[in-house]
Amino acid sequence: MPYLSLESLTKSFGDVRAVDRLSLDLDRGRILALLGPSGSGKTTTLRLLGGFEAPDAGRIVVDGDDVTRLPPQRRRFGMVFQHYALFPHLDVGRNVAFGLETLGIRGAELERKVGAALALVDLDGLARRRVDQLSGGQQQRVALARALAPEPRVLLLDEPLSNLDPTLRERTRRELRGVISRVGITTVLVTHDQEDAFDLGDRVAVLRGGQLEQVGTPDQLYAEPASPFVAGFVGRSSRLDAMLEESGADRVFVRIGKVRLTLPGPRPPQPPGPVVLVARPEAWRMVEPGPGDLHGPVIARRFTGALAFFTVQVADGVIVEVAAEPAAAQVGDQVGLLPHDRGIHLFRGDAR
Amino acid sequence: MKASRGAQVAAGIVIALLVWLVAYPVLLVMRDAIAGPGGWTLGYVRAFLARPNEWQAFWGSLWISGATVALSALIGVPLAFLFSRFEFPGRRVLGALVALPVALPPLVGVVAFLFLYGETGFAAHLYDAITGSPMAPWRLEGPWAILLVQAYSMYVYFYLLTRAALERLEGSAAEAAASLGASRWRTLTRVTLPLLRPALTGAALLTFTTALASFSAPYIFGGGFRVLPTQILATRLNGDYALAMVETVALTLPALVALALSTRGGPDASARGGKGAAPARAIGGRTGVAVSVLGWGLALFLLLPHATLVLLSFVPVATWTTQPLPPVYSVANYVTLAHDPTRVLPLVNSLWMAVVATVASVLIAIAAGVLVVRRRVRGRGTIETLLAAPWAVPGTVFALALATAFSVHEPWAARMVLVGTVWILPLAYLIRDLPVTSRPVLTGFRQLDPTLDEAAAALGAGRWTTWRRVALPLLRPAIAAGAALAFVTALGDFVTSILLYTYDTRPMSLEILSSLRDGDIGVAAVFGVVLMLASATVFLLGSERAATR
Repeated sequence: MPYLSLESLTKSFGDVRAVDRLSLDLDRGRILALLGPSGSGKTTTLRLLGGFEAPDAGRIVVDGDDVTRLPPQRRRFGMVFQHYALFPHLDVGRNVAFGLETLGIRGAELERKVGAALALVDLDGLARRRVDQLSGGQQQRVALARALAPEPRVLLLDEPLSNLDPTLRERTRRELRGVISRVGITTVLVTHDQEDAFDLGDRVAVLRGGQLEQVGTPDQLYAEPASPFVAGFVGRSSRLDAMLEESGADRVFVRIGKVRLTLPGPRPPQPPGPVVLVARPEAWRMVEPGPGDLHGPVIARRFTGALAFFTVQVADGVIVEVAAEPAAAQVGDQVGLLPHDRGIHLFRGDAR
Repeated sequence: MKASRGAQVAAGIVIALLVWLVAYPVLLVMRDAIAGPGGWTLGYVRAFLARPNEWQAFWGSLWISGATVALSALIGVPLAFLFSRFEFPGRRVLGALVALPVALPPLVGVVAFLFLYGETGFAAHLYDAITGSPMAPWRLEGPWAILLVQAYSMYVYFYLLTRAALERLEGSAAEAAASLGASRWRTLTRVTLPLLRPALTGAALLTFTTALASFSAPYIFGGGFRVLPTQILATRLNGDYALAMVETVALTLPALVALALSTRGGPDASARGGKGAAPARAIGGRTGVAVSVLGWGLALFLLLPHATLVLLSFVPVATWTTQPLPPVYSVANYVTLAHDPTRVLPLVNSLWMAVVATVASVLIAIAAGVLVVRRRVRGRGTIETLLAAPWAVPGTVFALALATAFSVHEPWAARMVLVGTVWILPLAYLIRDLPVTSRPVLTGFRQLDPTLDEAAAALGAGRWTTWRRVALPLLRPAIAAGAALAFVTALGDFVTSILLYTYDTRPMSLEILSSLRDGDIGVAAVFGVVLMLASATVFLLGSERAATR
């Protein structure tokens, strides 16, 4: 039985369906990342969870308790806002105490809990500091401590790392992950950044146009994308129009332009017809150009260290990105490409 | 960057000019308060302290200003919440309209109030029609009348500043409080109001100093009630100059204390980034209707006096006696006015004097902007203080100070006879205009990105070209806003005019007063309408310009 359930949530603003029949489940203590481009409905979903918007239809259930119509005050969901929304007129300690005081906690008990919450995020001793004297990373931790102090049932994080510079980002992500797992709280976070989602989420839900595109572990999303959109949004990939000619038990034959290509490896049977082929950069093997492979000139090379990414123009206006050893080719070389048995996904021709 | 010698010289000239205009006359007044024929003396101060009348006026000024602050807050703050937090039909237009009284000359508001709630006003006529009793059971006189009239126009400070702060307030602060379990009430008292504190303090100070200096309402409704601004005029007309000087000092002190107190504010909550304010909520059902009715009702109630003024300007003389509503409407008053040169004169006077004062104050403000912000001359703090000072000094005080400073011919002391000439009023208006012009203009200068100058220079533009093609176009909205405020202030001035005018230079406000005294209500209303329309138009145009940058 899942701890948190979103059941067919729907929310429109005017004519726009921001969230469209969205259903998701989450077990106790797990982290769900909502990933999607802007306008995908992820922030609206989080605001529906927080109670700041009311859904047009659907239910939100926590621990068997329907909270759909409860105001934010009575949900006991903690929220960390994108810009933290710390109260600038209160010091760090008073900010953290705010939610505890609404629970009626006073005196020594209050001080103890504030201290514990600040210790949790490694900010002991900063209770009397003004919030505008803190760095961005510290403000984020105060916001986290403030949200966690009243011991909420669910923690909501809105783009928790988007305000931090890249060097701070990775460290903060690690610390955030540590705090969440120490507290063991069920968490929903919103991000447009795939790395954040993969690093923090036990499960990742990819949203698009208000609808759920796919939900799964990061590995599943990468290895078995359910749509060209997921394949394109999660990880790097190239996209080619192809014709499926024949589908066998352990291999498939496709035609790309004039080239007939054999894709090895087992895959579900599909009827012949136009398909979209989405390929990871590591799905290709670079060979001497020949009649049975995709081939063309290398038009760009991007060096990243252990690997380099080569952009190969296999036909007019058709390019493929290939990951290979940095020394494998130079710009201007003619190369041929043959598929490995993994990393190439076929979708029906009208799929998006 | 060190300021060039030329800029430093220019700064010296500007400082000298401002000292002469702003500081010198007030200092002369202060000297006269403690200088007798035989040297320094505290005799006048003792005389002031010994007279119960003076104490009454002093305390009267203080408590009525405090009460005005409280009442204005009670009207303005809920109004700001209503208009910024709830969506209802007509919200935008009404929200702008209820701010208009701030642009209207105080005297116009007072007269409008008189026409509506005075003993012979609309309310009295209605009372008569309903009860059949020709004598209304109230009199618009004394401290309560002053308080009502002042709160009626000064609520706008609270309204505007609270609304601006609410719109800057990050919506997520309230949401954060809600998700932490805080009730609406707790969110309001513990989060929203504390965050509004700087705005509320600012509004309270502005209201307090304005109320303290307020002259029109006590002058017209005061009856036997004494406040310092009217007391100064009375003392001065009695020929007791030294005492008037002491009264002037006594009036200036609380204003300066209030100003000093207000600068010790808390942390500024406005400087937070974020996704912006909580949007106005549309409410359906019965509550929604109630909110709409409340918004419309309040707005109409607050604008009723001004509507009355317009209506009465169309009522010919002596046609309205005992009927509940005026029976005859025509443009007779306007025609009379247009055909009588002696009655058009005040209109012409007010216009040219306001234009002169506006142009001069804009030029000074631009010069100050260049020197203070761009050239960063030494003494820039002094320039800014001198420009802001007339704001803290009540108008009566300045009028008296000018009357004192420029009534003798002592060229070696930089004094000359200007009183009685056509130049004294434009000069007085100019001084009153300095703070209202220089504030937006200096802000405009500060918002100019200095790298734009460098970019223009890198593209080969000389200093003059840069100024004309880059800086000036960017400054135009700020200058327009400053000029609009200056023009409106000068056009409607009453306080300084009443002490300094001559018959030939009498401005519109004094013509309103004399028309009222003659019972010529229609003509007074016409002048009121002219002032109101001119002020509202210029104000709206100015703020429009400022908004479209």
